Amino acid sequence: MAAKCAQGYFMSSRPAMPVSRRSFIGGSAAAISAAGSVGAGKAKAQSSASADRAKKRTVSFTVNGDRREMEADTRLTLLDALRGPLGLPGSKKGCDHGQCGACTVHVDGQRMLSCFTLVAGLEGKEVTTIEGLANGDELHPLQQAFIDNDAFQCGYCTPGQIMSGVACIAEGHARTPAEIREYMSGNICRCAAYPNIVAAVEQARDAEG
Amino acid sequence: MADPTPPVPEPGTNMGKALPRYEARAKVTGAPLYADDMPLPNPATALFVTSGIAKGSITSIDTSEAAGLPGVLKVYTHENAPSRQDLRHFMKGGYVADSVMPLAGPNIVNDGEIVAVVVAEDLATARDAAHRLKISYQAEQPATTFGSAGAEEKQITAGKHDVGDFDAAYGSAPVTLDVEYETPTMHHNPMELFSTAAAWDGDNLVIHEPSQFVWQLKNGAAETLGVDAAKVEVKNPFVGGAFGSKGIMTQRTGLIAAIARDLRRPVKNVVMRDQGYTLATYRAETRHRIRMGAESNGKLVALSHEGSEVTSRQDDYFVAGTTATAEMYACPNIRTGVSLVKADRNTPGFMRSPPETPYMYALESAMDEMAEKLGIDPVEFRRINDTQTSPTTGAPYTSRSLMECYDEAASSFGWSKRNPQPMSMAQDDWLIGYGCATACYPTNMMPATARIVLTPEGRAEVLIAAHDVGTGAYTVMQQIAADELGIDPAAITVRMGDTTLPPGPVSGGSMTTASAGSAVKAACEKVRQRFGGTVPAVDDMSAAFRKLGSNRIEEYAEWAPPGSGEDAIKALYKGKFGGGGGDEPKPLMYAFGAEFVEVRVHRLTREIRVPRMTGAFAAGRIVNPRTARSQYLGGMIWGLGQALLEKTELDLLRARYINDNIAEYLVAVNADVPEVDIIMVPEVDNQVNSLGVKGIGEVSNVGTAAAIANAVYHATGRRIRELPVTMDKLL
Repeated sequence: MAAKCAQGYFMSSRPAMPVSRRSFIGGSAAAISAAGSVGAGKAKAQSSASADRAKKRTVSFTVNGDRREMEADTRLTLLDALRGPLGLPGSKKGCDHGQCGACTVHVDGQRMLSCFTLVAGLEGKEVTTIEGLANGDELHPLQQAFIDNDAFQCGYCTPGQIMSGVACIAEGHARTPAEIREYMSGNICRCAAYPNIVAAVEQARDAEG
Repeated sequence: MADPTPPVPEPGTNMGKALPRYEARAKVTGAPLYADDMPLPNPATALFVTSGIAKGSITSIDTSEAAGLPGVLKVYTHENAPSRQDLRHFMKGGYVADSVMPLAGPNIVNDGEIVAVVVAEDLATARDAAHRLKISYQAEQPATTFGSAGAEEKQITAGKHDVGDFDAAYGSAPVTLDVEYETPTMHHNPMELFSTAAAWDGDNLVIHEPSQFVWQLKNGAAETLGVDAAKVEVKNPFVGGAFGSKGIMTQRTGLIAAIARDLRRPVKNVVMRDQGYTLATYRAETRHRIRMGAESNGKLVALSHEGSEVTSRQDDYFVAGTTATAEMYACPNIRTGVSLVKADRNTPGFMRSPPETPYMYALESAMDEMAEKLGIDPVEFRRINDTQTSPTTGAPYTSRSLMECYDEAASSFGWSKRNPQPMSMAQDDWLIGYGCATACYPTNMMPATARIVLTPEGRAEVLIAAHDVGTGAYTVMQQIAADELGIDPAAITVRMGDTTLPPGPVSGGSMTTASAGSAVKAACEKVRQRFGGTVPAVDDMSAAFRKLGSNRIEEYAEWAPPGSGEDAIKALYKGKFGGGGGDEPKPLMYAFGAEFVEVRVHRLTREIRVPRMTGAFAAGRIVNPRTARSQYLGGMIWGLGQALLEKTELDLLRARYINDNIAEYLVAVNADVPEVDIIMVPEVDNQVNSLGVKGIGEVSNVGTAAAIANAVYHATGRRIRELPVTMDKLL
């Protein structure tokens, strides 16, 4: 799993973490130990001294087959774009740090964590979300398999599980239950429907022949 | 071992149909709108900034750079936060999970408290601005947990039982055991982040927030905002997992709604994953001392369970699980008690089977140790001490199928192949261990109300502000109404999670099916009475409606469990628990289960794997075996996580949670999860309620950790009395 990255601390004013990732990698041991004292008393600004004004970039890409052109803040993640201006809230935010898989979408057919994908880098790409998986009223075989095997409870991780599962089968990583478990382990299901998810992926794999 | 039960089990005795989930198609197509998905006109984004110290005060906050950033609307601190009314802790009759109001002053009483709220046009801008706050603190040394300097110990009366003469019986027992256990801090980590969206329209407020009790949120928000509760609506039809963390409202709701009122604009807030560790509740760490005395034939003669739990300075939250452990086994001399340790922490709260998970882990571990001391098989030791009456009061269990669960699970698991000698079973480099433990959960119920609408076309609507947190409640309410009205489930619409609907119970304590289901049943009975006792067949429906001179039948019913006070329904409408009553002795109502696991521990590396688990459960009538199986399955996997993975690490110097994210707080992932065999043992119990339903959301989570720890002992000869059981403890 990903190590805790600097972004994980952005919303806390904890005095023990005034080092940006860059300075940490730079190896300023003195700065780290000084910062580690209890109640150091002062939370320093944690961002680098970047420009005070958001930068925008015009990006053109497709989402579920529809061409979209956005003048996007360069900091905007695909997940926040989908859930906000693009009006597709099916992709879920479970951590915003690439740890849980709930935001998984396909970019050019590959499974991607949309919380870790910047819109600014999507020029010419094809994005598919859970809303674009069914063929009209006809569910994708894995969507149907999730229903048949009760492969979800609260449903919050489900869009990510299904997008991941479709890719898992396409990648050829669904040959055995053990392999499915391994290649589906980037998608956390706190309700723990895991055995049913494995059964659903097997059913869809077999249905696709 | 038999093949694991298929995902859709065949209904057995006293079970309803295994219908697919009511909302299944929506959930696989990304259609459900969870709280943060609700569209709002032009919302502003609020981002919390949380404290960097656990105790002390803020000496200054410089917001000028942050507030000056283009796109920032306003930065709130304790110096300019909108005022709100205090809310009391729910255990003192109030509404909140933690009584400390954020941004009420400069004092800090726990790590990760809200110290500022940045409101901006979008999240990226709010995040940028949050970095630019300059906060100075005067820090003091906090007390973190058990044994910390300054932590304050407090005895409580909850969980106290004293039957017979424990000291004398323990002193003269031929076989005795005196052992201590520990469980760690745990966080729920539901996949859906905590969030609040608030939109005012004049004096009227609509809140979208994931909640296990929307009527509480409505009333509590109204109280802290100083407005009439009739003007506050909470709409939250889907909850992305909760496990107790969304059961009791927090202070965040009032703060975000007050900010929305101040800005005259809808405001959305999402609590980041790390912030959720301190802005919601958690399962506090516990310690246990168990003493047992037995005759050499295995009969228990003395049992003492002393528990200790951590809570916050501000609130005396406790779980006091000795009330369950004292009821488990026949024993004439029992003494139990619970103490609290108050530390500089946020207040803990409900987490899946709150009392039973830590306390039954301790008891069931001790039962295994005692069985070994006695030289008796662990299953037989439970059988020798099984009881059909309460050891503390003598009241009968309405039904208790514990040994039936043991027998079915043991047979399916292949328990008879176990060599009782530790370290006696191995395959290649893997030491194999078998372990088992008892699971239990009380049958809780609270008042509920429901409305049923029936049309001449034969379509019905079930309206109840209960909640489906992934439990299957939509489906189960649909099925209960279908059975009671005698119509096709497909003709029934269910609406829940919305305070414009009649109030249902908190989605906690495994009580939704029994409570909300009883209210739905009562409303359906009234509908039937309109037709003289039976709802006509769908083809005759419109004629029957014409005869009644009506084109719509609507019936509302109130239901309260036996022994409820007169004010029970009134309390429910206020979003409160209780309402008086409940003083008279009640029969003991519990669901039971027996859990068996196989563990494999690598001889050299001590890696621990669990290749298979078997659980058998008896919980009265099962309305839907498909959703029930998923509940049992999920609970046992929770138990596996608790046994081997889950622990919130505490920074003892700073009273801080270290691994406050879902990569370092380890929960079970797919690759951790073995084959799980779920057995639903038929049980008929007409005493618990007229549906015969006990509740199943929590029971299966209770026995797993002890079963795994017991199996690890069997594999390795090492007793690990501190969860989680990890490789390093076995080296």
